[in-house]
Amino acid sequence: MQQSLGQPAKRSAWWNDARVRGVLSQVFVLGGIGLLVWYLVSNTLANLETRSIATGFGFLEREAGFAVSESPIPYSAADTYYRVLVVGILNTLKVSIVGIALATLFGTLAGVARLSSNWLVAKFATIYVEGLRNIPILLQLFFWYTVITQTLPGPRQAFNPMPGVFLSNRGLQYAEPVWDPTYGLMAGALAVGIIGAWALGRWAHKRQERTGRLFPTFRVGAALILGLPVLAYVLGGAPTELDVPALKGFNFRGGGTVTPEFAALLVGLVLYTGTYIAEIVRGGILSVSHGQTEAGLALGLSRGLVMRLILLPQALRVIIPPLTSQYLNLTKNSSLAVAIGFPDLVSVANTSINQTGQAVEGIAIIMAVYLTVSLSISAFMNWYNRKIALQGVR
Amino acid sequence: MTPGDTLGDTPNSGAAITLESVHKWYGAFHVLQDINLTVQRGERVVVCGPSGSGKSTMIRCVNRLEEHQEGKIIVNGIELTNDVKAIEGIRREVGMVFQSFNLFPHLTVLENLTLSPIWVQKRPKKEAEQAAMEYLERVHIPEQAKKYPGQLSGGQQQRVAIARALCMKPSIMLFDEPTSALDPEMIKEVLDVMVGLAEAGMTMICVTHEMGFAKTVANNMVFMDEGSIVEMAPPKEFFTNPKSERTQKFLSQILTH
Repeated sequence: MQQSLGQPAKRSAWWNDARVRGVLSQVFVLGGIGLLVWYLVSNTLANLETRSIATGFGFLEREAGFAVSESPIPYSAADTYYRVLVVGILNTLKVSIVGIALATLFGTLAGVARLSSNWLVAKFATIYVEGLRNIPILLQLFFWYTVITQTLPGPRQAFNPMPGVFLSNRGLQYAEPVWDPTYGLMAGALAVGIIGAWALGRWAHKRQERTGRLFPTFRVGAALILGLPVLAYVLGGAPTELDVPALKGFNFRGGGTVTPEFAALLVGLVLYTGTYIAEIVRGGILSVSHGQTEAGLALGLSRGLVMRLILLPQALRVIIPPLTSQYLNLTKNSSLAVAIGFPDLVSVANTSINQTGQAVEGIAIIMAVYLTVSLSISAFMNWYNRKIALQGVR
Repeated sequence: MTPGDTLGDTPNSGAAITLESVHKWYGAFHVLQDINLTVQRGERVVVCGPSGSGKSTMIRCVNRLEEHQEGKIIVNGIELTNDVKAIEGIRREVGMVFQSFNLFPHLTVLENLTLSPIWVQKRPKKEAEQAAMEYLERVHIPEQAKKYPGQLSGGQQQRVAIARALCMKPSIMLFDEPTSALDPEMIKEVLDVMVGLAEAGMTMICVTHEMGFAKTVANNMVFMDEGSIVEMAPPKEFFTNPKSERTQKFLSQILTH
């Protein structure tokens, strides 16, 4: 038997064992959090009881009793709190989705423009980015709201740039087609066109692999997507009945409306978030070394193809994670709508809380909704980021 | 092939590249001063000189990665102007290999090689891939086709870069210090590929300090300093009997160790 070298180390006390310490520290942290939660919950319950406020979500069934200025779904003051919260959620989603799409477009343009070799274009983009991102978003929302409501004329003197369209301090009113079965047919045709264009793209890609010939996919695809609905419209008898807004009393009735509140919130969010997206896009493109451009050009690729095949796929990897943060910021910043009276979730939930006193439940609903929306955006963007991740590099 | 042997003489079937009193400035800095150089079809020119002497700038002007401001550059009978389509046409005919490889990290080796044949020459993917595999065999790394550049060694990456340029079937190859970023043991594998190209009769301009390679391959040596061509001579004369004092000093510095 082999003799051990040296004495076996004398075991020190059990609390010096790294594993024991690890477990103990976690037990302490968990215990601490548990105590804190218990303290807060029991305190809240006690306070609610002394003020005899009923807890629970039963209030959602009661009549809300207040009107909201705009809603994507039919709503009146006689509807329930549940319905008014849904209206708020839909309004938040509406401004967030449109805002994210426009901010991405606008920010990308500004980011590329800042890299332009055209002095004027680059300077304009720089002034826009450095100016707007250094002013608080709340202030910008007040500014745009004031611009829209103070500089535009009243409904009686509304601008009428084209028949059926009115621009005043009550917002943008426009003529809307009256529902006709033909529009359903057009929607179907649009879907067929989109699927057709997608199939065409796949076919063109296969054919390029097989024969090397390029196909004008973009032009033919666009013709399919736009042309089929037009064809359906003509075949359906080309209905022309419009719901035209008309001045009745102090405001317009009929037609569709973009309210000043929605417009100000959208413009503010898009311009503000656009500055950050511009910087992210600029950084992403700059992160791809100039050698990549040179190698592409040296192979005879045009500048457009270098951007599309070499620079953008590499820049996207740098752009996506911070871009996700900006999408989340825009969604959360939309809650500032409460300041200019756009009935978003925070705004209607606030009113509901004031009327019912159900602050805990109201805030819980707001948090749950924002958490759900934000985590969904996050999950989607993370999935996309993994999909385009650089392979073979650790 | 061992250093000391030389390849055959210059085939003379007309000029592939002509530079006529070319000048270029970076701001106030006169980086190219009255460059005159003619490279015949099939000729192999090695350019050397201290760093900052304008060697890289000169060959980067040949495929217009840099613009010259005065003088004329004619490649395959076409003058380089602002005509974007003409420039793209010339770049298809002129392959370039960079010091830092510049492979596309988001594409596999095979995709790196077929990108330009597919999108610029509009060849079928199958055909482009077959051709690419042949070139990978020529640079001795067909087994790496499915890997990404980040998984290869420097020497392998540079050989892929050479194969990528060859896939466009260029008539002229430009090498911008192709071995300067490589570990010593990888330099030989890249130089061997370049010697093979020279033996096959490719028109080449190489910026390099590999003097063994230069002696083996070059028809003409060009020595540049401070933006001008100081001396131009066949390698034998250039190495044994350099005329200018500046060349002598440079050679004594790089050949002594």
